[in-house]
Amino acid sequence: MTVDKSVFSPIRAWKYLIEKPVTIPKKLVFDTPREASDNYRGFHINDWTTCVGCGICAEICPTNAINMIEIDSLEQSTGNKPERPAIDYGRCSFCALCVDICTSDSLSMSKEYIHLSKDADTFYFLPESDGIHQIDFDKGYDRDEVSELLDLERYEIDETPIEGRNESFIEIIRGYSKEMAIAEASRCVECGVCTATCPANMNIPEYIRSVWTENLEEGVDYLYKTNPLSNVCGRVCTHTCETACVIGNRGTPVAIRWLKRYIVDNTPKEDFERVVLSNVSEKINGKVGIIGGGPAGLSCAYYLRTMGYEVDIYEERALLGGAVRYGVPEYRLPEESVKEDIEMIRKMCVNFITNTKVGRDISFEEIRNTHDAIFSGSGNWIPKKLKVINVDHKDIRFATKFLEESRDYSRDMGRMPEFEDDIIVIGGGDVSFDVARSLARLQKIKNGKINIKFIARKPIEFLAADQEEVVEGKEEGLELRLNRSPVEILVDENNKVYGVKVAKCTSKLSENGKAKTTCSEETEEIYAKEVFMSVGSDPDFEYFSKEMMENLEMDKNKIIVEENGQVKGYPWLFAGGDIVRGPDIITAVADGHKAAIGIDEYLYNREKI
Amino acid sequence: MKEVKLFLGPQHPGMHGNYSVHMYVDGDIIKKAYPLPGMLHRGFEKLMERRLWMGNIALIPRICVVEPDINEMVYAMGIEKLGNIEVPERAHWIRMIILELARIAIHLMSFGGIGGPTGLYTASYWSIADRDLILDIFEKITGARVYHMYIVAGGVRKDLPEGIEEEIIGLLDYLEKRLPEYEELILKNPIIHARLKDNILLPEEVVWELGVTGIGMRSAVDKEYDIRKVKPYARYDQVEFDVPFGPYSDAYTRVSYKPIEIRQSIRIIRQSLEKMPKEGPVRVKISTGSALRWTVPAGMVYPVIESARGEYGYLMVSDGSEMPYRIAVRGASYPQGLLGVEKYLPGHRIDDASLWMDTMGVCAPEIDR
Ligand SMILES: Cc1cc2nc3c(=O)[nH]c(=O)nc-3n(C[C@H](O)[C@H](O)[C@H](O)COP(=O)(O)OP(=O)(O)OC[C@H]3O[C@@H](n4cnc5c(N)ncnc54)[C@H](O)[C@@H]3O)c2cc1C
Ligand code: SF4
Ligand code: SF4
Repeated sequence: MTVDKSVFSPIRAWKYLIEKPVTIPKKLVFDTPREASDNYRGFHINDWTTCVGCGICAEICPTNAINMIEIDSLEQSTGNKPERPAIDYGRCSFCALCVDICTSDSLSMSKEYIHLSKDADTFYFLPESDGIHQIDFDKGYDRDEVSELLDLERYEIDETPIEGRNESFIEIIRGYSKEMAIAEASRCVECGVCTATCPANMNIPEYIRSVWTENLEEGVDYLYKTNPLSNVCGRVCTHTCETACVIGNRGTPVAIRWLKRYIVDNTPKEDFERVVLSNVSEKINGKVGIIGGGPAGLSCAYYLRTMGYEVDIYEERALLGGAVRYGVPEYRLPEESVKEDIEMIRKMCVNFITNTKVGRDISFEEIRNTHDAIFSGSGNWIPKKLKVINVDHKDIRFATKFLEESRDYSRDMGRMPEFEDDIIVIGGGDVSFDVARSLARLQKIKNGKINIKFIARKPIEFLAADQEEVVEGKEEGLELRLNRSPVEILVDENNKVYGVKVAKCTSKLSENGKAKTTCSEETEEIYAKEVFMSVGSDPDFEYFSKEMMENLEMDKNKIIVEENGQVKGYPWLFAGGDIVRGPDIITAVADGHKAAIGIDEYLYNREKI
Repeated sequence: MKEVKLFLGPQHPGMHGNYSVHMYVDGDIIKKAYPLPGMLHRGFEKLMERRLWMGNIALIPRICVVEPDINEMVYAMGIEKLGNIEVPERAHWIRMIILELARIAIHLMSFGGIGGPTGLYTASYWSIADRDLILDIFEKITGARVYHMYIVAGGVRKDLPEGIEEEIIGLLDYLEKRLPEYEELILKNPIIHARLKDNILLPEEVVWELGVTGIGMRSAVDKEYDIRKVKPYARYDQVEFDVPFGPYSDAYTRVSYKPIEIRQSIRIIRQSLEKMPKEGPVRVKISTGSALRWTVPAGMVYPVIESARGEYGYLMVSDGSEMPYRIAVRGASYPQGLLGVEKYLPGHRIDDASLWMDTMGVCAPEIDR
């Protein structure tokens, strides 16, 4: 372009004198600050009522600008840590990755962008729902499904098809393939909220990471730090960890249980054994007797052996495992899995003394005299009964006995149990579904058809059983008769049971978050040739002497123990599992572990005296 | 002869970024020049090795403050190449809109920026104010004015906000009207002619010797060497645009290419808005799991794009983990900004040093990475 040589060119510049200037006067900048865009990444807003303190915002932050601060006024609860993020705006790059990954949807950014101070320390804030200066700016940037940084949906696990599932006791879940397991493991954000909820405080994020990094041996090592029944728990644990998992806040929780199972199923046997057995210690001078070879007893034995104690387990039944081996049906927990876990404990040189009922085949005193300490984990084996008319009729069948027979049948150790072709199961909890679904399989195998009516007081959403049990039970052919409370077992003139009379009930959510059920006068008769009852069970403490029974502190039918499992008034006696609190395997495992540590402390201190 | 040592930068209105040149002058002729980088060295490349693939998005835009988006684009392209990731169609077009808006923004800034070294400050005020209008659009789309962190591996971070298309068109219309005024003010200005014409030459041999690309190269070697043409990325092969080139590169030619390129960018954006799918996905996830565990398959790639200063690329190496193993930045200003300053700034007059930096296209952090 050439130079403008026109003599008028300077005049053209004059027009700019009357145009609006392109600059903004300083006064306006402060008096009427420009409003930021709707998407603006300004200072943070954090809603403390939804924030769960998982700390993932701090984890993703590329500038390490976020610190998790413990807040005294907040309480630790399931899936919630009493911590909240504080942000150092001297480091923050306003990238909003924290917002995109926030597991609870609590964190967003605002349109606020001014903070002036000469003091660098004032750039550190603990944002709340009204921002950092408490002046309620509008929301700016927020996550949407495109900017999402979590993987919210669970990767499908392989299962046997519904069709034909009820024709055998073959395990339903087949497990993750390597690819799927790694994908599922990659969803974990390692917050550790689950660990706090797990009764055994398992190293969950660590072992999930080992799946992701394909270092399964390390995974086994992590599992056995807190749980020697990982094969069992990888299949049938009640997985409260998954209820806590923060991914569940906006999606489906990480399949923690299935990943544990993946580690156990996919570590080569030699490696597995090497890792586990490397924990055994040389025998030391100390011998502990354990009553009951259920999860609590086995766990206690395992950890005592890692410390070097000699251990004898006295078990009434032919096989070890307790309710796990004589209760849980094989379609959930194959015999092979229990066997592997127990075999590992046997290889640690724990003495298994089976078919020996304490109080019948050997006295409690004898064990007491030949051991330095005793752990009792004898479980609950006496069936509870509902308070209904005719409940003591001899033909009523109970869960424990039946499941034992059924399990023996499915592992080829016994004949098929006897049962009718038209059955009522009374229950509502997981065990009652085990009973009903086992019966369904047996009926199908024997008669080719299923006829089971399942009676419970509550509607589906309030049943104590896992929703999965209900869904699968229905798929397998159970006929659910819910909202009905048994009042009488119907018995005919020939003293034969022919059904159950039930009252109709309604349930609704009460203020404390629990279901409140009320039953009317209106009744109904449901007919069947046989009635099974599965409403819980009680402990059998016959092996304790009369004197002990009088002295033991009890809460209803549970023994009261110290934090470490020590029984009050009997320093050499420890207890755990169902006889102390229950209700599941992992709690029993945790109790066994705690008691082992307690026993070690007790014996160590006693030596010193 | 008496030599005097003078500092150009790091605090100097004529300097581009926190960069400095130590000049030994005799009279007002520069005898020796030593570029001194390191003033804003943050170890970008090293830092990247310690950040998650996603986390780096907060860091890399800073490698060129005035044109940050190119970093996001090459980085995303590298990951996509390593991971064999198919970017959704709509995202390609959104990316082009962002990149061309960014090109206009930096061209405006440096076009008007010529006001600093020449005393024509009106040009700087205008261009900064007009660039702000582009930043307004960026703010609406990405949530930030300068560091957008918007182009991400697999697509873009969010879809366009509703109604932004009309605003962009309005802005383009305005800029088109405005450009003649800039030309009037700058390109026809006798001061500019006196200072820039036949000054600060960039001969073809120097282009080949140093590896200069971009406007410098195109204006010197008479070739249409623009990555968008010779190795098209995104959807540049589906839009029509021209690239100015010529055989004689003085400071004036190089400056005069900027409004031409701005017009071409406007053309590209208009076509993009027309041709892009009006809806559809804008992002695919690069890996399974949470962003904390996104991994990129092992390999080595060198994605390149055309920045306002020329060929801009990252040499990226992944070992398959959740962080890059190594990333090396090829900043487009490296050849002229570092080697060129030392070898070819001497011989010029002191007051041309700033002009040299501006018209050769230097963005300091690109060198200081
Ligand atoms: C049918 C059923 C299904 C279940 N499903 C699950 C599930 O899916 N997930 C879950 O987490 N939990 C489940 N549970 C609960 C879980 O099995 C128990 O909480 C757990 O087994 C308790 O362990 P424990 O060691 O305290 O007792 P137990 O497992 O009951 O073991 C006690 C052992 O002591 C033995 N014993 C008793 N008295 C004597 C004596 N006098 N002398 C010698 N030995 C004796 C018994 O034979 C038994 O082997 C289920 C329970 C049942 C009954
Ligand atoms: S990621 Fe969200 S829920 Fe977790 S601590 Fe941060 S703000 Fe709270
Ligand atoms: S499993 Fe869930 S709760 Fe546990 S560490 Fe991983 S993301 Fe957090």
